[in-house]
Amino acid sequence: MTAVQEPAAGSAATGGEIGRERRRKEDQRLITGRTRWTDNIALPGMLHLAMVRSPFAHAKIVSIDTSEAKGATNVVDVLTGADLGEAQGACINAWAITEDQVTPPHLPMPTDRVAFAGEVVAVVVARSAAEARDAAELVDVEYDELPAALDLKQAAEDTVLAHPDLGTNKSAFWRFDSADAGTGGDVEAAIDKARGDGIVLEREYRQQRLIPAFMEPRSVVVDPTGEQITVWSATQVPHILRFAIAATTGVPESKIRVIAPDVGGGFGGKLQQTPEEMIAFAVARRLGRPVKFTETRSESLMTAHHGRDQWQKLTLAAEKDGTVTGLKVELLADLGAYVAIVGGGVPVLGAFMFNSIYKFPSYRFDCQTVLTNKTWTDAYRGAGRPEATFAIERLMDELAAELGEDPIEVRRRNWINADEFPFSTVAGLEYDSGDYEKATQRAREMLGYDELRAEQKQRREAGDRVQLGIGVSTFTEMCGLAPSRVLGQLNYGAGGWEHASVRMLATGTVEVVTGASAHGQGHETAFSQIVADRLGVPFEDVEVLHGDTQVAPKGLDTYGSRSLVVGGEALVKAVDKVIEKARPLAAHLLEASADDLEYVGGRFGVRGTDQGITIQELATAAFAAHSYPEDMEPSLDAEATYDPVNFNFPHGTHLCAVEVDTETGQVSMRKYACCDDIGNIINPLIVAGQVHGGLVQGIAQALWEEAVFDDSGTLVSGSFTDYLLPTAADTISFDIDHTTSPSLTNTLGTKGVGEAGTIASTPAVVNAVVDAVRHLGIDDITMPCTPERVWRAIQGVAGGGATEGAAMPHFDASTGMDGTVDRTTGGAQ
Amino acid sequence: MTRISLTVDGARVADDVEPRMLLVQYLRERLGKTGTVIGCDTSNCGACTVHLDGESVKSCNVLAVQADGCEVTTIEGLAQDGQLHPVQEAFRECHGLQCGFCTPGMVMQSVALLKENPQPSEEEIRLGLEGNLCRCTGYHNIVRAVQHAAGAGSTSTSDTGAEQGVTA
Repeated sequence: MTAVQEPAAGSAATGGEIGRERRRKEDQRLITGRTRWTDNIALPGMLHLAMVRSPFAHAKIVSIDTSEAKGATNVVDVLTGADLGEAQGACINAWAITEDQVTPPHLPMPTDRVAFAGEVVAVVVARSAAEARDAAELVDVEYDELPAALDLKQAAEDTVLAHPDLGTNKSAFWRFDSADAGTGGDVEAAIDKARGDGIVLEREYRQQRLIPAFMEPRSVVVDPTGEQITVWSATQVPHILRFAIAATTGVPESKIRVIAPDVGGGFGGKLQQTPEEMIAFAVARRLGRPVKFTETRSESLMTAHHGRDQWQKLTLAAEKDGTVTGLKVELLADLGAYVAIVGGGVPVLGAFMFNSIYKFPSYRFDCQTVLTNKTWTDAYRGAGRPEATFAIERLMDELAAELGEDPIEVRRRNWINADEFPFSTVAGLEYDSGDYEKATQRAREMLGYDELRAEQKQRREAGDRVQLGIGVSTFTEMCGLAPSRVLGQLNYGAGGWEHASVRMLATGTVEVVTGASAHGQGHETAFSQIVADRLGVPFEDVEVLHGDTQVAPKGLDTYGSRSLVVGGEALVKAVDKVIEKARPLAAHLLEASADDLEYVGGRFGVRGTDQGITIQELATAAFAAHSYPEDMEPSLDAEATYDPVNFNFPHGTHLCAVEVDTETGQVSMRKYACCDDIGNIINPLIVAGQVHGGLVQGIAQALWEEAVFDDSGTLVSGSFTDYLLPTAADTISFDIDHTTSPSLTNTLGTKGVGEAGTIASTPAVVNAVVDAVRHLGIDDITMPCTPERVWRAIQGVAGGGATEGAAMPHFDASTGMDGTVDRTTGGAQ
Repeated sequence: MTRISLTVDGARVADDVEPRMLLVQYLRERLGKTGTVIGCDTSNCGACTVHLDGESVKSCNVLAVQADGCEVTTIEGLAQDGQLHPVQEAFRECHGLQCGFCTPGMVMQSVALLKENPQPSEEEIRLGLEGNLCRCTGYHNIVRAVQHAAGAGSTSTSDTGAEQGVTA
């Protein structure tokens, strides 16, 4: 990697922890196998669950015969939705995006009808996981298959209903219009004008369905034997899960403790209240014994929520010289079978980002969310913003092609200049800072943009079989979810604050509690740096605790690039409170006036003398409490809840060069360079890791990944053999760097980074692939740009054609498994 | 039930196991060696990689009974006398892990890779790790970690005590 060029502002004055490449505190355990994954937990008498899942996308449940399974060795019970009744609670949607949103009821185990292949209809409880799975095959479920709503566009026509009782598949229609909002002009007028004397681009892009595919399969353990029912879950959102369990089962929230121990990745995929968590909770309560459920990878791919899945209809208006005048967005978004916890809110998070860094005078965003009989969809890294960025960055390249100009030049003509911040956008946001020119110049140098353009020209003229393409993506995103006030205006069911507390222990070490629950991001290290820096204590003396509602009772967890910018700010405020609480005690013990004290490097000193007392000594003194001011409580501990005042807006320029074999359609990446402006950086090492990982997830959307269903609604990409997660051999090393425009909306000047790479990279790659073959008359290739699809595009098939929904099963047909059965039960129906 | 006896991370163990029990299940469920994890059910992800008589194997693809009489080294047996293996150290130094779930397999495979090829090129590293999936790091820093370990001469110590003297 390229290290950060400029040290973060303030690092010299504040103890030197900010901007330091600290190795992670988390790693010692993780590299030696001393881990606490949920599936590692074993409790005395613990029972194991196996789920019986529907092989049909849509069917009435006629009957469920559990008798044979109940008689199997070491089976304790077999339960259906009817058996559990109201005790199973419900899966909630926290964000009805409109007042009249159509939201089907979502029981963890439905009793009468299944709405997607993989839905749970019964649960087997046995002494071992293997015995539970064996017995699951003995549960005899009779289904009456119903027609399934599968194709998104057809589902939007209501020809086949995903939930017949609702009368429609259309869940909600959400609009933002700049003319109505007073943030810009009328987009239809801009388009009409451009049809007369300017340029109108009309495009339709497909955001294929993706699977988050975190490496640790979801797992849940529930122990009902204590006064609080303890739930360990591989979740991103222990606090939200506790709320949802309490709200839907009637068990008081105070009687529930949720722990997210070590969690193996999430990427939005573990931002959910899952049926399996609810079923495990209900079974444990019913039997009065600890239970565990760990999904198989196939179950995970089939039933953990998917992401993206949109059709995007886009109309861009511009003047003849390429100055943009209007953008109209019409989305169809596939919710799957149920409206998940964020659900229809995901495309709405993109609504504010289609205009991106450009000065569109008019803008309209329409989104129709649609129910289908497929796996539910929800947040996946970027959640709404990758979709928006893809659309606008593809369009800017199309505009450049229309004008016959360099794609960077066209962007520059339209982007917000550095001297125009703060800038109120046509979507109603206020961007606080940024410098698009600077980041672009740096990325250009890193890629060797001009040299590669020259090579491209030369190879194109020579008619090389392998053509070079260069893709541009100048992105921004909104992150740091989110000001509670804004969430309230959007009808979201919760706020966006975060909580932190700092405990000064008697021996001088510091316990920090954060409500942001980590699952690989390195909170323990980065938050230790913030506290060490601000409080002036050794990095090693700070212990960061999280992910347990008993330890961290208040929090809103980790998603939406919020941990540092919201949770970090809460921490800063808590540390400042500790220092202010310590000041009168220091004055008292030093027999000095509080006004004469200055706090430097973890020590209160009396100005002009060598007298002083350290924060550790004060912690011990507060613990002993032998002598302290009368109006003070004997404690230095403090907590803070911080509600952000605004989002923040990382940006960057990502450039990608690919080689495309025009005879085979094979795409290989030659170079990828990016310069991200994420404000001040706490730990460059962690930031680089976030960027690298984000890049590969975005690149994977462009080139490899797609959740594919066959025409009966079975997920045919339901294993890692079929769902193409990239390997080390598929990817390259990246050149990354940063420019720094500190955010003005938080003390540390930081911006989010967790999603940046994913948001930016997808259009950079597709733009590069299209750029390589544009001279062959191609202006779009549908994602993922597989060799077959690129080849077909070269052969004249628009966009490279659709994905075949009937991939061949990769196993022997003689087994009777034809790709339409539920694989998780070994083929039993 | 079949009787097996083997050495795991230097300790001799013996158990009666079902013939269908996988080595990874045996390690996790019977021995409590939960450092080795299960990430898939099609032997694609490599999270469960361990060394069987000095060779890296996906322990979800080996029956416990096949390990009878063998020496098994897991991520928990790699560090010796409190000293991290150079590959472990390199993963920390180069930030080659985030959530850490793939890490046990990734580290074990990297050790095996360097044993076979002490000075691999970037391409050889990438091909050598093809059977191990990571969703967090984008592989960039994992490749750096293996290069770092190779540069530090990890090969001279890549054999753990448990593996020394064993013929594959």
